Amino acid sequence: MFQNIGELLVLFWRTLQALPQTWRQRRKVYDQLFEIGNASLLMACILSLFIGGVIALQTGPLLAERGLATLIGSVVGNSMCKELAPVMMSILIAGRIGSAMAAEIGSMRVYQEIDALRTMNINPVHYLVLPRLVAISCALPILVIFSIQVGWMGGALVSVFNDRIGVSFTAFFNNLRETVDLAKIMNGLFKSFVFAVVIGTVSCHQGLQTIGGPRGIGRSVTKAVVNSIVLILILDYFVTRFLMYFD
Amino acid sequence: MNTATPTRQGVRVTVRGLRRSFDGQPVLKGLNFEVERGEIFVVMGPSGSGKSVLLKHIIGLETPDAGEILIEGESIQSPGVMDKYRMAMVFQSGALFNSLTVGENVGLYLTEHQLKSPDEIARIVKEKLEIVGLKGQEDRYPSDLSGGMKKRVAIARALVIEPQLILYDEPTSELDPVIAATIGEEILKLNRRIHVTSIVVTHDRDLAFGIADRIALMNDGQILAVGPPEELKNNPHPRIQEFLTAKFNHNMERTSL
Repeated sequence: MFQNIGELLVLFWRTLQALPQTWRQRRKVYDQLFEIGNASLLMACILSLFIGGVIALQTGPLLAERGLATLIGSVVGNSMCKELAPVMMSILIAGRIGSAMAAEIGSMRVYQEIDALRTMNINPVHYLVLPRLVAISCALPILVIFSIQVGWMGGALVSVFNDRIGVSFTAFFNNLRETVDLAKIMNGLFKSFVFAVVIGTVSCHQGLQTIGGPRGIGRSVTKAVVNSIVLILILDYFVTRFLMYFD
Repeated sequence: MNTATPTRQGVRVTVRGLRRSFDGQPVLKGLNFEVERGEIFVVMGPSGSGKSVLLKHIIGLETPDAGEILIEGESIQSPGVMDKYRMAMVFQSGALFNSLTVGENVGLYLTEHQLKSPDEIARIVKEKLEIVGLKGQEDRYPSDLSGGMKKRVAIARALVIEPQLILYDEPTSELDPVIAATIGEEILKLNRRIHVTSIVVTHDRDLAFGIADRIALMNDGQILAVGPPEELKNNPHPRIQEFLTAKFNHNMERTSL
């Protein structure tokens, strides 16, 4: 485990050192951005709509029973932007994009394409890891912005149309505006940026470590997704704790 | 393998006492040989004898446990030596990038190192593809190509580097005899045209005896003999004769079911 963490940090450091090369790799960054957005936007919206809806459904009646139904906007607003949108989107992206990254790089490793790059003096970190890491670090926070807004809409719809809550759109969003400010949204975006770096680094690392044939690729994909999710959930606590100092 | 000024001259390669083990299992057991400038040097031997591992050491993809590889007398482990000489490798599978077109694959080295303008790269790609008999195939994807075409694209990609040393890993494996002969001719033509030093790893006897200036026969991580094809044919070593004259046995006893 410690060896893995060490290798991850080395790969991340090498990618950071390669950052000045980003402009040269811009075409690949655009391709990856398109890949991530295109593959995930619809799914992100559907997921967020239902997450927002279910928070409202779970907490709304409890609040309504105590005469606090108007606070539902605050509950949905805060939980979406500070916690649920960044974490759920990161898990979704780890499953959809992290797995694709590990599989693509893993198959390139198995079929000697990475060796071919090295014989042409092309650094695989510059050519393969950098564009993916830059793209996912930009794309995930953008997806989270969408997710937050759609989640709020989901929460609002349930709050309005569920008889046990019965709050108007105006009351929902007025309450949301009172407690959610830009700092809280930035809090969620910062988290998602950290998680994006984790997903990109873990997935590319697993891809580069692939050995064997198709079975090896399968193993790398599974490890990339599982390790990413575990790290996201562990880091979520520590990042949340860290961000509390700025509240 | 670098961006040095192109010259049309092969390089001398010396392998001294090369040893390598994987998980305690010795794969290369002290190899010694020298390849002259502009020579076609074929390394033959049965599967698993360590031929491909040897190539990976020469191109710098693997690091030896002991021994050294010298290019023009300079160890490839010394800083800057791998950048000083232009080397290319044609992989057994071709190792083409499936997400890139044939043209992008061939021009990848020039594009990534920004050595030429896009127009110039397109011209060079066209020229190299023409050399390997694949004129007008720039826009196709590797998945649309046959095994022989993929190998030829891989050779074209190697040529773009203007190499002083080309390493071929099983260039005729999985190919029919006609395409295999074409690949052999390509290797020979390139050698005559640009005087590149070529090291070819194969277990294809026809290819080896058709193109080699000298042949090294490897077995179990060691070199049994090195010499011109005719000399090797007459070598009395039983393992060499067994490998060179192996034929299908029609008279073997049938086992009853």
